[in-house]
Amino acid sequence: MNPEEIRQAILEILTRIVPDEDLSELDDSVSFREQIELDSMDFLDIVMELRKQYRVQIPEDYYIHLDTMDGTVNYLTPLMRDIQSPA
Amino acid sequence: MSSANHRNDRIVITGIGLTAPNGNDLEEYRANLLNGVSGVVPYETRYVGEVLAGVCQFDETRYQRRKEVRRGTRAGSVSIYCAQEAIAKSGLDWETVPKDRVGVYIGITEHGNVETENEIHEISQFDYDTKFWSHHHNPRTVANNPAGEVALSMGITGPHYTIGAACAAGNAGFIQGLQMLRLGEVDLAIAGGSSESIHTFGIFASFASQGALAKHEDPTKASRPFDTDRNGIVVSEGGCLCTLERLPDALARGATIYGEIVGYAMNTDATDFVLPNATRQAECIHLALSRAGLGPGDIDIVSSHATATEQGDIEECKALSSVFGDFPDVAINNTKSFIGHAMGAAGALELAGNLPAFQDGIAHATINVDNLDPKCGLPQIVANTPRQLDKVDVILNNSFGMLGINSVLIVKRYQAG
Repeated sequence: MNPEEIRQAILEILTRIVPDEDLSELDDSVSFREQIELDSMDFLDIVMELRKQYRVQIPEDYYIHLDTMDGTVNYLTPLMRDIQSPA
Repeated sequence: MSSANHRNDRIVITGIGLTAPNGNDLEEYRANLLNGVSGVVPYETRYVGEVLAGVCQFDETRYQRRKEVRRGTRAGSVSIYCAQEAIAKSGLDWETVPKDRVGVYIGITEHGNVETENEIHEISQFDYDTKFWSHHHNPRTVANNPAGEVALSMGITGPHYTIGAACAAGNAGFIQGLQMLRLGEVDLAIAGGSSESIHTFGIFASFASQGALAKHEDPTKASRPFDTDRNGIVVSEGGCLCTLERLPDALARGATIYGEIVGYAMNTDATDFVLPNATRQAECIHLALSRAGLGPGDIDIVSSHATATEQGDIEECKALSSVFGDFPDVAINNTKSFIGHAMGAAGALELAGNLPAFQDGIAHATINVDNLDPKCGLPQIVANTPRQLDKVDVILNNSFGMLGINSVLIVKRYQAG
């Protein structure tokens, strides 16, 4: 998966986790939590969905990289490079 | 006891919120009970396949955001819907109600099976690796979950908990609310019962293994208490929560009073895990009558518990015969024949469906009684068509459950004085 495909995958996960939020104006450089209502349990849902859908294991020490969309995509790109995009 | 205290001991029902397989508010539900409309439908459940069930169709997002629905449980959503509807119907100005003086008391048959089954199914897709087990499992499965979700959703900071009482739970929820009001622990109780049981395959599989799961080519005829051709229980989901208040509080705000809880009792068979005991059931009814200061002849409608299992129906009929045998004018009906067995919600829903009889004087029927079992042959059973009664002043509601738990609630038309 390339960075754009990873971004799309994250957006799809977020759509399920925070279905009441409008994600069309999401600023990739700003913390998710500053833009949408995302608590710690929701955040763990993102981690779980990545684990279930893509078998990506993210150690707790690295959660800090998932604060923004940019940070998430940057962190995941090397981990998901060899994964085939579901699309 | 001073007269003021006595008045404070009088607990009345001032709001009713419900979802049943055949109605999502009291008006729709009552109309369908009077018109013989069943809520039982074919239902696909994991591993077991197609079964028959009572499925509720209420709008979950009327009172919850989609995220809240996702985060919580079905029992939570059922309970929130019922609690919000009860408040809406109560006429209370919710914004001004002190939330620390509100208690939430919800009877449940079981809780947690749905989420546990779901998670086991989920990790089975991942070779049972528990790293795929949801972090939501614990908050979804704690026994107080349905009541806790209500409190969380509505900002209630008074006590909340569930009352685990098998299929006697609906009455047990009301009894708990009544007791907490009498103790002065709260000023408003949101009480009753709730069930998500159709979302667990285990309950269907267990009843099937027990030979007690209803089957019928016409789903609407599957739940047939007292009928010779009954073959078991139709499992249903649902909920019914009521606002309970002390009489002076209700009168002071000019509340509509649906009825006054004048008697209650709970006892235990102590004889078997699943088989009922008519003697203990009759004792429970007598205790409730005694506490209400009433006799069997004062009861106008008996809302029976019968679930359409052979022994269950027969034992309850023995109990009813022993108490009401000399009183031909009491009307005995059964709501499960319409909606199946709503488990933790059953007692509350069955009472609620009968409360409008205080206004219209009608005992709704027991449908699907094509061939009355002679062993259930009480002449007072209202079979297949509703019965207009001369008066309805007192309703007695039976709810019994596994491990020999019995509950009886007696509700009286409110009369000033």
